[in-house]
Order: sequence, then structure tokens, then C-alpha cells
Amino acid sequence: MHHLIVDNVAKTYGETRALKGVSLAVEKGELFGLIGPDGAGKTTLLRSICTLLVPDSGSITVAGLDISRDVPAIRAILGYMPQRFSLYQDLSVAQNLRFFADLFQVPKHERPERLARLYHFSRLEPFKSRLAGNLSGGMKQKLALSCALIHTPEILVLDEPTFGVDPVSRQEFWEILHQIRAGGTTIVVSTAYMDEADQCDRIALFFEGEIAAMGSPAAVKGAFPYRVYRLSGTALQDLKTFLEGQPEVRGIQLFGDALHVSFSEKPSPETWREWARRGGFPGLRWEEISPSIEDVFLAHMAGETA
Amino acid sequence: MNEIAVQTQNLTRRFGKFTAVDRLTITVSRGEIFGFLGANGAGKTTAIRMLCGLLLPSEGEATVAGFDVYKSSEAIKKNIGYMSQRFSLYDDLTISENIDFFGGVYGLSPALIEERKEALIEQVGLGDFRKRLTRDLPLGFKQRLALGSAMLHDPPIIFLDEPTSGVDPRARREFWSIINELAAAGKTVFVTTHFMDEAEYCHRVSIMRAGKLIALDSPGKLKESYGRNNMQDVFVALVNDEDPRPEEQL
Amino acid sequence: MNPRRVAAISAKEFIHIIRDPRTLLIIFIMPVLLLMMFGYAFNLEIQDVRVAVIDDDNSALSRQLIERFEGSPFFTVFHYQGSREDLETLFLERDARAILSIPENFAATLIGKHPAGIQVIIDATDPNAATSINNYCRQIVTDFNAGLSGGAAMPFTLESNIWYNPEMRSAPFFVPGILALLLIMISALLTSITITREKESGTLEQILVSPIRPGEIIIGKVLPYILIAFLDGSMILILGVTVFKVPFVGSLFLLALLMALFVLTALSLGLILSTIASTQQVAMMLAFVLTLLPTLLLSGFIFPLASMPLPLQLISTIVPAKYFLVIVRGILLKGNTIAELLVQVLWLAGMSVVLLTISWRKFSTNLER
Repeated sequence: MHHLIVDNVAKTYGETRALKGVSLAVEKGELFGLIGPDGAGKTTLLRSICTLLVPDSGSITVAGLDISRDVPAIRAILGYMPQRFSLYQDLSVAQNLRFFADLFQVPKHERPERLARLYHFSRLEPFKSRLAGNLSGGMKQKLALSCALIHTPEILVLDEPTFGVDPVSRQEFWEILHQIRAGGTTIVVSTAYMDEADQCDRIALFFEGEIAAMGSPAAVKGAFPYRVYRLSGTALQDLKTFLEGQPEVRGIQLFGDALHVSFSEKPSPETWREWARRGGFPGLRWEEISPSIEDVFLAHMAGETA
Repeated sequence: MNEIAVQTQNLTRRFGKFTAVDRLTITVSRGEIFGFLGANGAGKTTAIRMLCGLLLPSEGEATVAGFDVYKSSEAIKKNIGYMSQRFSLYDDLTISENIDFFGGVYGLSPALIEERKEALIEQVGLGDFRKRLTRDLPLGFKQRLALGSAMLHDPPIIFLDEPTSGVDPRARREFWSIINELAAAGKTVFVTTHFMDEAEYCHRVSIMRAGKLIALDSPGKLKESYGRNNMQDVFVALVNDEDPRPEEQL
Repeated sequence: MNPRRVAAISAKEFIHIIRDPRTLLIIFIMPVLLLMMFGYAFNLEIQDVRVAVIDDDNSALSRQLIERFEGSPFFTVFHYQGSREDLETLFLERDARAILSIPENFAATLIGKHPAGIQVIIDATDPNAATSINNYCRQIVTDFNAGLSGGAAMPFTLESNIWYNPEMRSAPFFVPGILALLLIMISALLTSITITREKESGTLEQILVSPIRPGEIIIGKVLPYILIAFLDGSMILILGVTVFKVPFVGSLFLLALLMALFVLTALSLGLILSTIASTQQVAMMLAFVLTLLPTLLLSGFIFPLASMPLPLQLISTIVPAKYFLVIVRGILLKGNTIAELLVQVLWLAGMSVVLLTISWRKFSTNLER
């Protein structure tokens, strides 16, 4: 059952075409990721889903409700966490939660149980009376998430929730999202960090207002047309220059102490030995690695996949 | 090639009773891309600020480009470039005006600014856009332009603060090819970030926790010795480790 | 001091100003708006005040008195026909702002050489206007008395001589005030905002890692605002002299010189604020409370300082606009020379030196506090 259906949605701001006909469908209880750089149109789409923006054309339905007709009904079942920290910095953690509970008219008798649950996974209970402005980046994000969950929404929309948060807090945040999803909530989340794609059930690669690829992270990576190798153990700059002249090579990226090279087809052991000899790279080591989402993204940008 | 660009010995900075940076000892060579990783509040910003001459250390020694951080902060400032993701260029200035400004702030002569401006605009590929406001530029261009502006005075050392977060992959790779070329030409590049995909591009990375250095090696070696596939996992393992390995082992 | 670095900062600042519609609005529209507001709306000159007359005497003398009121440009007189009980509705419905009541035996008493009382009731919801109305009424009655006794019988007459602004027009009074207000606004408010804005956006840190010195940042930032403040000051003065006919008897050069001094004082105030405040919002609040309000209320611009309680008078001694107002009014209306304004000049100069020293000390090119 599709919980969220986006059908051919377009939106233009002045000269900028933020969304150029985007279609996607999210299952109930799915963790769906919109992956793409800043300015790709992720925020515009998420705001449209949350009934904050009206698309120029196309339609969006959330739990069978149309975003242009059933605004109050959608808002009642949807939790939204905007990109920028949008809580009241001068209210305490508990006061922020209470405010949102009042806003969504959460019945008084249900509050203790819900708060206990939110405090449990966010681990914010010890900081209840601390002002939101004095929380660390990771804690702020968890508080914002808790506020978005106070009315137990069916669908949760998060716009770059891990932006600017340190790696440990990011990891923790994703674990919380997995817990929420396990409870049956549908989650749509956007991120500019390609390496977070693996955390999602399915992803859509977003670029310049369009979806470049969609599917499970493994399927999206599987569609990558080339073989990627990690080369190390020798003068990398020289190796890079040498390989740039080889016809099989589709792309080279220098990563500190290694070179990531994609080939149109898997080089044979003879080819490797031939290169090591001809280029004079005696210590050359190579291993095949799985392409990263970033590799896939680049291939799509260059139009190298169908 | 193996000259020392930055060297610190037990560099420490305290704010009141809080020790932000605790006996940091590192040596960074000329031409190296050196990553500075750490959770929020781990002390990396404080460490970088000391190296940039913005904060005085409480204890310990540090030299940047051969100059002492206590005595020669003016000389250090002439020898470093600084670029951050948070702020890079003035949005309401045109590309040309931004370059003029940075050249002026570093006291370059108008003729020299003009010459380097042309070279930079050429290099970034912004010839037709020089009179456009910077806010209208795509992020990737902005990033490269910011880097160029921060290096107008041709410093041997450059500090990058989360330089490519949010940039599209192509722009990011172009950016890092420039960084690699700079390093190959002998510039020393310091990168502070908490995005592990940026850490992958460094020659060596250092990881800080609670003001202390807890790991220092190449990304490849770190992944190997901790048995993880990516730097994100290495980082989480290291920082969550309640019992850090003794310092001799680092 | 490296002139190139100062020039780089100033040039950039100019571009910011030119590109920001809000700043331009404050700089160019605000002076005109303020002049219009004070010139046309906030008018202390009273005209055509409606006076209801109840003439119970209805004699030749009483009519003569009423004619005097009718002859005055300040009053528009009409006869009240309604009942005594409803008299208050005149004020409640704003039909009249004063009521002149002449008792039945007014003429008879006067002719009998006894003092005769008439009553004036004034609506004092606007106390300033009420005072003026009261004064005009007294003047008319005094003149009328003088006419009656043929001049000789009066023991003395009071003749007021008003100097420097004989027609008591408001323009010569409010133009210097607006001048002070605007110079403060541009110098203190805009300067403090421009520095805190860079703190907020993180751009200041980017500049601080360059070899620039604190003095270079301060001078570079302040130069454009000195120029703009001057431009605005000149604009107000020109409008004041041409449109609002403010007399200008003193030295233009001296006024320009002392305006520069005042701008310097205001700028150093702005600099201090910017070293204290970390966000634009805080800077704006501080600038409003610490510079704009005192300039408006405690400088003698609108309310005379002499009639204020001692604590407020003491506070007013550190309000720069207080001295500047004396200077501007003195030069414009009296043709004062530097010798006569020495006290004010010394106060302003002293304040500038103290404020600049403090902000110089506090503004360092690193992040140590």
C-alpha cells in the first residue's frame, strides 16, 4: 500500500525550475531517502508534501489525502522537521515538548506515556530543564525530532536532519530513525551526504530537480556500469597520469593514500601486470571495491547510465 | 619535500577550568593534506584557531610556516589562507569585487590583484560571470572561487573548514583535484571536518576526542587497523571507545 | 597602517550599503520622512482652534471681546446654543477645544470699574496645546483690558520680546533635532550593525585570519559612514534652510567642522556597542535604547532639559546630542563662534577620545576576550 504518492510534480521559482516533474511512491512503514546536493530540489519537494508549498502542476497524496484539498487532515497525521533548527531556543526541552503537545492537542492523559517514550529513545530526560539553545547540535536534532513525533504521526518528513551534526550523533540519530520505522511509521528523509544512502530502505538520487535513479541502495549501486578498483602502494600522482592515458579507464579520483579508478570492464591480471611494468609501478596493489553512491551519482550526472 | 610546515609540541589551551585542547603534538610536512577530525566540542576548532593566530595557547609550543604562534601571529597570518564552508565569500558582492576585497585585505598591489584575478577567474571558468553577484553562483563554483580568494596572497599553508559539505559530487571531485594539485605543488592543506567522506581525501587524519589526540594515521591504515570499511565506522568506534589506547601506541 | 587594506574594507562596505535596499532606505528616505513628519504633522504652532462662546451678557463690550477672539488667526469662534448640562459634549465630541463663557453682568461690572471675571475652559487632553491656548487667551484679554483703560489707567503693561525665532515657528527648533537624530542613527546604529553582521555571518573570522590590524578594520568600516552621515547632514540642512526657511546666520565652515566632531562621537558609540553585542538584533536594541531614545528624549530636542528631574538632567550630560543641539541652534540662529561653544566642543571631543580608546582596546584581531 502506497502511503505517499508524488505524481509528476513541478515547481518553478522565477527562473529556477526547482522540480521538473518528479514522481515517486513510498510504502507504508518504509524509510525513504532523498539523496542529493544542496539546491537539487529536495527541500521544495518535502515542503510540498507537508502542504507548505503548492506545486505548479502534478499531485501529491498522503495517506490517500490530497495536499491541495485536505490540508488540516494531512497536517494532523504528518510530522515535519525542517532543515534549520526551528525550536524555541529560550524554552527548555520540556517546555518545547509541552508547547508542541498543546499545539497538536495531545490529550493530557496520553502525555506522560508519550513523553516517556520520546525521552527514552532521545535520552534527553536528564536535560529536561535545559534551554534548547544550550543543547549540543546532536541533542538539538533529537529534540526537534521528538517535537515532530509528539502527536504520533503516521508519516514523518525530515529535511536534512543530520546536517552539521558530528558523526557519532549522526549514527545515533539514524539508529533512532530505524526504531521509529520499526514502529510502523513511514519516514521520508533528505540528506546531502551520499554515505547516508545505505541507511535507507529505498533512495531517490536527486539532481537539478529530477530523480536520476531510484531503488534500494544495493539496486542503485548495482546499476553502476563500471568496475571500481582501489589502487595503492605507489607514486599515486604518476600512476594517475599514466592511467589517464588508458582507454579502459572511465574515471579516476585521488583519495589521500589511494586512487579509485573505474574501468569499463574488469581488467585481466595480465593487464594489471602490464601496467605495473610499463608504468614502472613495482609496488602497485589493487582490489575491487563496490562503487559508492557518489560514483553512481557521478555516472548519472555524466549520462553514463541508461 | 620533507620540510615541516606545522609542528606542535604539547599544545594546550584552557578556557577557565575547561581544557579545550590537551597536549596536542603533531608534525605536518610540506605538501601534505592533513585532516583534523573530531566530534563537536572535541577541540579541533580551538586547535585550528591557535594555529591561525586567532587564539593564544595556554601551554606548549607551536610553529606554523616556521613562525612561533606566541610571538609572530602577524607573520603567520601572512603565510596562511583560510576558507570555511560557513562563510566563504560576500554574497552581495560580485565575483570581481570579492577578489578585489580579499586582495586588498592582504595588502596586495592593484596590479598584482588584477593579474591574479584574471588567472583565478580563468582557472575556475567564470570568465563571463565576473560581474555577477556571488549569491547567484552555483555552490560548486563558489567553493572553488572561495578557495582561490583565500589563496590570492599565495600562502604556503591553507586551512579548509568543512570545505565541500552539501556540494554535488562532481563539484566536490573537481574541488579535491585542485586540492591535490596544490599539495603536489608543495602547499600544505589542513582540513577540519566532521564529514567522513571529506576525511577520505586526506593523506593523514588525526582524530580528537575531549581535547586529546586519539588517532593519527592515513585513512587506509586506520580502516585496516580497526577492521572497518569506512572512516565513519572507524570514527564512531574510536570516539565511542570509553577506554582509549595508551598514547604510546599512537 | 596599510592604506590598501583600509581601502579594501571601505570599498567593500560601500558596496554593501549600495546593494542593501534597507540601508539605503534608512540613509536617504528617513531624513526626508522625518522632516516631513516634524514639518507638517508634528506642528507646535496652533491655528484655527475652535472656541465655543457662551455670551450671557450680550452687551456691546462682550461682543467687542468676542470680536477680538474672532480677529485672532489662532481661533475660530462659534456661538454655543445648547444647554449648560451638555457643555461637556463639546469636548467629548471634539467640536471645540476651548469654551469662552462671559457672565451676565460682565459689562455692568466693568463699567462700574470693578474687575469682571470671564471663564475660559480648555480641553487639556493635549497639554502642550492647552498651554498655548491659555497663553493666547490671556494675551487677548490683556490687550482688551489695555484698550478699555485707554492705556494710561493701567499701572503697567507687559510686552514680550521673542528673539532669534520671533514668529516662534517650529522649523528652527526641529531641524537641528532631526539633524542630531539622523546623524546618531547613521553613525551609531549602522556602524554597530555592520560589525555585528560580520560577527554573525562568520565573515569577521575570515578577515581576522588576514594580517589586518584592528585600527584598519575600524577606520575602513567607519569611513563610508562618516561620508554618508555628512551627506545626510547636508541634505537636512539644505532642506531645512530652503523648504522650512530655517535662518542660517553663523559660519558654514564651523558647522561642518563641529558636525564632523559629533559624527565621530556617535561613531565611537556605535563601535563600543558592536564590541559588546554579538548579534545584529542585540546591537539594534542597544543602539535604540542607548542612542536613539536619549537623543529624542534627553537632549533637549523635544522636552526642555531644565524642567527635568535632577537624575535625568545628570544622565543628559553624557548624551552627545545635548551638546550638538546647542551647537547647531547656536550657529544657525545666533551665529555663535567657536569661543562661545567651547564647553560643548570640549565635551564632545572628550567623549570621543574616551569612547574610541575603549573600543580600540576591546576590538582585537583575535578571538581572545
